[in-house]
Amino acid sequence: MILSCENLSVVRQGKRVLRDLSCDLRPGDITAICGANGAGKSTLLSALGNLIAPEEGTVTLSGKPLPAMHPLTRARNIGYLPQSAEIGWDVSVANLVALGRLPHRDAGAAEIKRAIHSCAMDDFAQRPVSTLSGGEKARALLARVLAGEPQWILADEPLAALDIAHQLALLRVLQAEAESGVGVVLVLHDLALAMNHADRVLVLREGQLLADGAPEDALSPENIAAGWGVSARWLGEPGARALMVS
Amino acid sequence: MWIDPATTPNAALILAELRLPRAVLALIVGGGLGAAGAAMQGYLRNPLADPGLFGIAPGAALGAVIALYIGASSTVLLHGFALLGAGGAMALLALIAGRTANPAHGIALFTLSGMMIASLAGALTSLAISLSPNAFAMSSIVTWLMGALTDRGWSDVTLAAPLTLAGVLVLWRAGRSLDALTLGEEAARSLGVNPRALMALMVLGTGLTVGSGVAVAGIIGFVGLIVPHLVRPLTDKRPSSLIVPSALAGALLVLVADVVCRILPLVTELRLGIALSLIGAPFFLMLLLRMRRGLA
Repeated sequence: MILSCENLSVVRQGKRVLRDLSCDLRPGDITAICGANGAGKSTLLSALGNLIAPEEGTVTLSGKPLPAMHPLTRARNIGYLPQSAEIGWDVSVANLVALGRLPHRDAGAAEIKRAIHSCAMDDFAQRPVSTLSGGEKARALLARVLAGEPQWILADEPLAALDIAHQLALLRVLQAEAESGVGVVLVLHDLALAMNHADRVLVLREGQLLADGAPEDALSPENIAAGWGVSARWLGEPGARALMVS
Repeated sequence: MWIDPATTPNAALILAELRLPRAVLALIVGGGLGAAGAAMQGYLRNPLADPGLFGIAPGAALGAVIALYIGASSTVLLHGFALLGAGGAMALLALIAGRTANPAHGIALFTLSGMMIASLAGALTSLAISLSPNAFAMSSIVTWLMGALTDRGWSDVTLAAPLTLAGVLVLWRAGRSLDALTLGEEAARSLGVNPRALMALMVLGTGLTVGSGVAVAGIIGFVGLIVPHLVRPLTDKRPSSLIVPSALAGALLVLVADVVCRILPLVTELRLGIALSLIGAPFFLMLLLRMRRGLA
């Protein structure tokens, strides 16, 4: 199931946020969307999930345009993890994760249990969400997405505001999903995480694709200079790179 | 008070034609308000939401007063206008406050818009009253607005019962989407929730429940606020788990309150709407205090 967008243009509050953007995303990859603030990363992610209507262009899943798809079919195929960790009511972790089954219209007890287990939340299943730490809440919210067993996971800065241990724990879960054939698309601010953990990086600048390719190429010092306006170089070995900004 | 058939002539008549319809209406009105309050709290993700405070009941009252003002004397027409008023107020609330990007602003925005709708509907109702053709019409509208179940009969029951039941069913049907809203609007849409369809269910459901409640009993506030709070700790806290229990608890609360109003040894009977406001307003303040402590 290839997720692709063609000539995507999005206007938000009178401002063109994405212009004429095209890309094909492959299942089984972790694709990172990077770019400076306001480059259009979150907008691209929302458009890929058909959560906003583009001005022009189309998003397709296996060649089928998303707007023509039934919302529940789309929801079963594409799981979306928003940036805000908002949970309106103090439900238990198990009930929170169960929300992921809504598009399937079933109880999905086995899937819920599996999702809770893959996020290492077994001991927290009956805990009210208000008693969780930030990292635990992030894991519970990811488990909610996994419970729907989507073919695609779109996550908007899932690692922001987490300590490094939780960042790695969440990345490991996402990597396992990608290895099982799920397409994972992450908006990432931390370029080192994108460099070391993504299979592919899209760099956006002012709503356009500045670079698209393997992390080493897409996040080259030249592209970082063009995308963020800072001069930087990579230190260390492939897979364990650190960004040195000067 | 207890009726002794030996000393009270017409005891059977009083029971069958006055007390019983009144008790059934209390159950209907309370059930509708309880369900509407629970659904609104879920929809607006705001534990302070209440059909009365947020302008839905005042909207229904405005509709009913307009019906009275233009001289519609049939209860069906009064009902229709009240339903339209309630549905219209809910639609207005959803449109004004339904699209907040920042959930942190949501509660304040919803609460303020709800209270503005309530005061606008109240002002327009007062305007209609002040323009009313004669003093008798004026006083009958004012008394009715205060909310009570006195002098209601089976004809009110046959009109309000099916409408309220339909409304509770509509709200119950919205439950799954309300659960999804726990994660915020964007995540709810990603789970396949259609915001327009949900809004339509909310407008229809609150319109039917609150509209027919107001049409038979005037404005009875705070039921929709108090009841979900009492019921929530006994449930798993999902909005969908709250709707039917809130309807049952609301029915019970209004029935008990109405019986207490009827048997209190006062010179004139305490109006049900006033009695519930006397309980509800301190309850609201207590909730605010608890929220403030929670934020601090």
